[in-house]
Amino acid sequence: MRPILIRGGRVIDPSRGGDGIADVYIEDGKVGSVGRDLGSPDEALVLDATGKIVTPGFIDLHVHLREPGQEDLETVATGAMAAAAGGFSAVCAMPNTDPVTDNQAAIGFIVSQAQRAGKARVYPIGAISLGQKGQQLAEFGELVGAGAVAVSDDGKPVVSSHLMRTALEYARTFGIPVADHCEDPTLAAGGAMHEGIVSTRLGLKGIPAAAEEIMVARNILLAELTGGHIHLCHMSTRGSVDLIRRAKDQGIRVTAEACPHHFTLTHEACEGYNTNAKMNPPLREPADREAIRQGLRDGTIDAICTDHAPHHYDAKEREFDDAPNGIIGLETALGLALTELVETEVLTLCDLVNRMSTMPARIFNLPGGTLTPGAPADITISDPKAVWTVDPNSFFSKSRNTPFAGRRLTGRADVTIVRGNLVYQRGR
Amino acid sequence: MSTSSLGKDLVGLEPLSAEQILLILDTAEPFKEVSERAIKKVPALRGKTIVNLFFEASTRTRISFEFAEKRLSADTVNVAAAGSSVSKGETLVDTAKNLEAMRIDMVVIRHGASGAAQFLGQRIRSNVINAGDGKHEHPTQGLLDMLTLRDRFKRIKGLKVAICGDILHSRVARSNIWGLTKLGAEVGVCGPATLLPRQVEELGVTILPRIEDAIQWADALNVLRLQLERMEAGFLPSLREYNRVFGVTSERLARAPKELVILHPGPMNRGVEIDSDVADGPHSVILPQVTNGVAVRMAVLYLLAGGSPDWAAGADGPPREERGDR
Repeated sequence: MRPILIRGGRVIDPSRGGDGIADVYIEDGKVGSVGRDLGSPDEALVLDATGKIVTPGFIDLHVHLREPGQEDLETVATGAMAAAAGGFSAVCAMPNTDPVTDNQAAIGFIVSQAQRAGKARVYPIGAISLGQKGQQLAEFGELVGAGAVAVSDDGKPVVSSHLMRTALEYARTFGIPVADHCEDPTLAAGGAMHEGIVSTRLGLKGIPAAAEEIMVARNILLAELTGGHIHLCHMSTRGSVDLIRRAKDQGIRVTAEACPHHFTLTHEACEGYNTNAKMNPPLREPADREAIRQGLRDGTIDAICTDHAPHHYDAKEREFDDAPNGIIGLETALGLALTELVETEVLTLCDLVNRMSTMPARIFNLPGGTLTPGAPADITISDPKAVWTVDPNSFFSKSRNTPFAGRRLTGRADVTIVRGNLVYQRGR
Repeated sequence: MSTSSLGKDLVGLEPLSAEQILLILDTAEPFKEVSERAIKKVPALRGKTIVNLFFEASTRTRISFEFAEKRLSADTVNVAAAGSSVSKGETLVDTAKNLEAMRIDMVVIRHGASGAAQFLGQRIRSNVINAGDGKHEHPTQGLLDMLTLRDRFKRIKGLKVAICGDILHSRVARSNIWGLTKLGAEVGVCGPATLLPRQVEELGVTILPRIEDAIQWADALNVLRLQLERMEAGFLPSLREYNRVFGVTSERLARAPKELVILHPGPMNRGVEIDSDVADGPHSVILPQVTNGVAVRMAVLYLLAGGSPDWAAGADGPPREERGDR
């Protein structure tokens, strides 16, 4: 394996609090050394990172890669490539595939597809319940043995409080978090967007913020009861942020993630029945968006995730009520985060890297998230000042469903390195 | 395909200006007379092809549109399509594009999904007229309600109109709210709190919690049909209780400070939201609403086809010298 020397970049490593101009030397798939004016052997690939930021590779805790079952929308390989192009060295794949990733063979399949692709790492998340039916626990031990890093019935909330309790208790044995899509299905039934003035005007059935907050509160109470680690997926409301902040103050084992669309857009994006603004949880109100930003700032929300959800063009080219939920996000997340959070001074660059790399690694207990010598060489080089326009036709993802087409963003990934291999280089 | 004084499509009253709404109402006036003639036909839309695309069951609205089209001499085809779900077959956009491939001029669409008319209008070149889309708008119903109110009161501005019933699920309510507020009326909404949309007051309406409040406040009541399935969905305990708490009854109206004009978009549930003696009483304008529906729809079709309100009186089609003048 050819060594790599990344020269002259601004190296930001939240795991060690480092932020300054330095070189990074990579050999044998590991971080060799970080320092000024490092030498390198002649055969080393030298990457000039002047004016760029060099960070631990970004880690996305929440993507849908659609394989197996809906390979026309995305595959592990195309998703892992899209991830690499977005600066992600690793993604965690949700189990709502067809069939559901609820057994060790299915987990093993994801692992082997990811190895074959050889792009970003793909960590499977196992199902909480068999078939995501919300009844019988899946075999967490076997899932973890085959490579699962967490369990979740994402896409479907865990309705039964008893099941969530036992999942949290049982997951403790294996040291994995239980991730939940927080939604009271009776309050959300039939809802197509956030319940508020826009849903009133458009005549669409709304999903009140309380539908999320009720389950956030329940999950926090069950985490307290069981001592298990609850990870709350794609938080979208001010009330959720408040509940999590209080729970963390009490020392309850709760972590949370939020998506770029929830810190960027509001329910007004649904105007004109724009189905690319249809997602679950839905885009909320300006006060909710602001609360998500503040939650990311003060650490109430640990991680930025994409909830990358590929859908076919035809599926979104439909009446709003009938269109599926979700947008893709792997190739816009970094640009949105830099534009909406760093340019606006909600987060420092170091905070952002912490939310996109170091914290995700820590809360899911994954390799990466650090440039400590000896750590796996999962590294992203980004240009935080590059101004570009989102063009879905240039995406590596198989799908195009994004509300950000045509949007001007500042900042993007140039190079992604995984295990010391150059898996993405812009323009190559 | 023409861009008229109303734009290409009529998807709702929210996007229209007060001037455009008044233009439709004024254009409807001469069309009222056409329906009173022995030979109820003018050649204004001769040679135009109109498809009535109804994805939801409708009797009154569909027939009203069809009469309006025929009295303007258009050629019409009715398509009754079941359901909107993809599982049932062709998508809406495919249906519409296939119709358009047969070279049509206008589509009148009724659909169960909010936004369906706008969705269609953005994807085909023909003029699209919304005949009711989900819980969003039913603009020609709003217009005929306003025309009927104007007939009765000789004005809209300053009128107090209370819309009573299931506001949450009502496209008629939304079109009335937009149209009436744009023309300067005061609008109140009255119904059980379970059937009022979130933040509805931000649309510029007053919330009237009890039907007695509405009767004290209003000049006219627009009483909405209560869909019977609302009970099953848990919004209401029973029809009986709805009638006892929110029903428009002659006993309640007797306590009004003035005589109220009563509108209802139909079809009525007699004895639920409205009692028969009110519906059939001297202040009911429910049948004049239906009559006005044809005139309003003639006006909308005519204007969208590029017709000028100045010719509507004769409705004989565009005089040559005015062609290309718009």
